[in-house]
Amino acid sequence: MLDALQYEFMRNALIAGVLAAVACGIIGTYVVVKKMVSVSGAISHSSFGGIGLGYFVGINPVLGALFFTIASALSMGLVIKRTRLPEDTAIGILWAMGMAIGIIFIGLTPGYAPDLFSYLFGNILAVPFSDLILMLALDAVIVIIVIALYKELLTVSFDEEFGTVTGVPVEALYLLLLCMIALTVVVLIRVVGIILVIALLTIPAALARQFTHDLKKMMPLSIIFGALFSFGGLWLSYELDLASGATIILLSGTVLLVTLGLSRLRSRARIHETPPNSAGQ
Amino acid sequence: MADKEVVKLEGVWVQYNGVPILEGINLAIEQDDFLGIIGPNGGGKTTLLKVILGLISPSHGKVSVLGKPPEKSRSKIGYVPQHNLFDRDFPISVGDVVLMGRYGKSGLFRRYSSEDRRATQDALQTVGMLDYKDRQMGKLSGGELQRIFIARALVAEPRLLLLDEPTASVDPAMQTEFYELLEKLKKQMAIVLVSHDISAVSIYVDKLACLNRQLHYHGSKEITPEILEATYKCPVQMIAHGLVPHRVLKEH
Repeated sequence: MLDALQYEFMRNALIAGVLAAVACGIIGTYVVVKKMVSVSGAISHSSFGGIGLGYFVGINPVLGALFFTIASALSMGLVIKRTRLPEDTAIGILWAMGMAIGIIFIGLTPGYAPDLFSYLFGNILAVPFSDLILMLALDAVIVIIVIALYKELLTVSFDEEFGTVTGVPVEALYLLLLCMIALTVVVLIRVVGIILVIALLTIPAALARQFTHDLKKMMPLSIIFGALFSFGGLWLSYELDLASGATIILLSGTVLLVTLGLSRLRSRARIHETPPNSAGQ
Repeated sequence: MADKEVVKLEGVWVQYNGVPILEGINLAIEQDDFLGIIGPNGGGKTTLLKVILGLISPSHGKVSVLGKPPEKSRSKIGYVPQHNLFDRDFPISVGDVVLMGRYGKSGLFRRYSSEDRRATQDALQTVGMLDYKDRQMGKLSGGELQRIFIARALVAEPRLLLLDEPTASVDPAMQTEFYELLEKLKKQMAIVLVSHDISAVSIYVDKLACLNRQLHYHGSKEITPEILEATYKCPVQMIAHGLVPHRVLKEH
């Protein structure tokens, strides 16, 4: 693997892994604790509409995805908050509509859409330098917003109704959170692809949740896990000649499942060790 | 002084999908009131509290809190929601939950000040939970959680405290302690407590009203069997108040 570092694509891949880990560690934490996994799935799939738009207009599809995904995140948030449609119904509809728009645009684009597959399933080995710059900029936006609005986002995540009562602009912050999910999706598209994004948004944060009860510590911890998974998955895919995005996801998922299994075994062992009257301490 | 009147509702109607939830509610709460509102589930108790908070706007009628529309007075209202609705798995400490109540005094983009943190300590002290400041919310019992949510409401130094079914998940032994806490608090603010538990509420509150879409309020605790029957649409137990709290069953 070390000799592979002499290649630029390999160095770019590692940098992309770190940049992806930052976005998914921070925003994934909110996705997990606020239980926004399905709406995140909808946002990530709807980004396909932006990829299609990018092909059709002839710009970088990732840039097309950036604008389109933010627009679809905002409309999703407004449909969820302002209409009577049940949340999961709205999610299902917008999920499919975004993808449908992508398919139409790609169909309208003359000729064959090159590396379409890499947007769907990711190809961390093919991230161009320009996309790294875009990823870095999006990471910076996410970090700045979360630092500036940490206490507001915490209130909205924990208890929206109480937030409204104390005067927190709940709806605006919910929309902002969805937009940041959209930014994260765009950062992750190159690494694991639209279809697999949801795994990197949830697994590192869910794993970090096993080790801490503090939201502030959950974020750096899930960044570290995300980076380790990217590196580990990249190395495995290189050694075994497998698809990089899918390998990263399978490695992350396996580690999470093993950790859950181990902690279950450990808590069971503890119950057997301690006398019943001191249980629950 | 007009300032004495904390809440005023005049002819308030609330409808949901064309079905009336509240019908022509008139209510006045003064600054040293401790009002209990009882009524069956689905009778509109939570809706009434949300109207006072400005979370639900009535289809007819007028609501004012401290002489202003409720949205403008929210920073003066402490609200303790039915707490079984919150996610026990959320990674947050007791202190951070209480600190949230200071948002109205802090504001967008600002960090919580040392004064906010001091107020948090005081509020936790008041409810007797200061030692739990760094504990995980998910590890608390029902009664302990209830105290934390009261502390979160108190931390903003409200003039009106609204409690929604506060004893629903508190075991009976803790309930007495809980009402003694309210007894202390009522010297500093108006309190409105909503519950379907007639017996416990009527022992401690100063004024009692019955709500089942319509509000039967007489400004005192004397409630006749007729009013209770009108509220619950069925014969109910009567409560009388003497030196020792006790219940009197209606003849049957």
